[in-house]
Amino acid sequence: MTDNVSIRIQTADFDVNSEIASLTASRTDIGAVVTFSGICRGGGSDATTALTLEHYPGMAEAEIGRHAAEAMTRWPLTGVTVIHRTGRILPGENIMVVLTASAHRQAAFQAAEFLMDYLKAHAPFWKREETAGGSDWVAAKTDDDDAAARWDK
Amino acid sequence: MKLMYFAWVRERIGKAEEVIEPPATVSTVGDLIAWLSSRGEEYAHAFETPKVIRAAIDHTHVQPGTAIAGAREIAFFPPMTGG
Repeated sequence: MTDNVSIRIQTADFDVNSEIASLTASRTDIGAVVTFSGICRGGGSDATTALTLEHYPGMAEAEIGRHAAEAMTRWPLTGVTVIHRTGRILPGENIMVVLTASAHRQAAFQAAEFLMDYLKAHAPFWKREETAGGSDWVAAKTDDDDAAARWDK
Repeated sequence: MKLMYFAWVRERIGKAEEVIEPPATVSTVGDLIAWLSSRGEEYAHAFETPKVIRAAIDHTHVQPGTAIAGAREIAFFPPMTGG
């Protein structure tokens, strides 16, 4: 089943519907696909005008791959897709997506949340945020570490 | 061994990677941070708060007490903010 894990890190945008279609193509045993889309947020109090995503090539893929493999063993999933963009991203654009497919919704929901919590805390990506006043690295939230830790057995 | 730096650690040090040969007394990740910090202001600035620095050996997260013997690539970076 691990052959149905797809992890991609790319500068190009992606189409969520096409990704769902590839995950479910020619299968009739999937009853649930959960999608988490991370989108660049602008305006509001952040007043973000752009984000630039840096990553550690090689380790980013390895780290997400380890967690996807763990998700496949913890829940009865039929497939996992994780796509994370790097480079400069404007408000409203896609940053990343996690898709989890399963026979039933509970496994798909839990695995998607697990993958997101781990990705936020452990996958080597860094956001640099541009605002009208300049640009700076986004500070990590300790909440993200706490969210990942709750899945530790 | 090869060292790699990311995000503001990279910016403060002023380079993305370098090859170094630390003395034999440098045996752990924490020792390496202390040794690097003594090499110049830019390193001291990057590592001024060692507890926020994250490290990986050969693409796996490690702790300050982890031994560096046999490491091919050691990376230093701030807490991650992807997703």
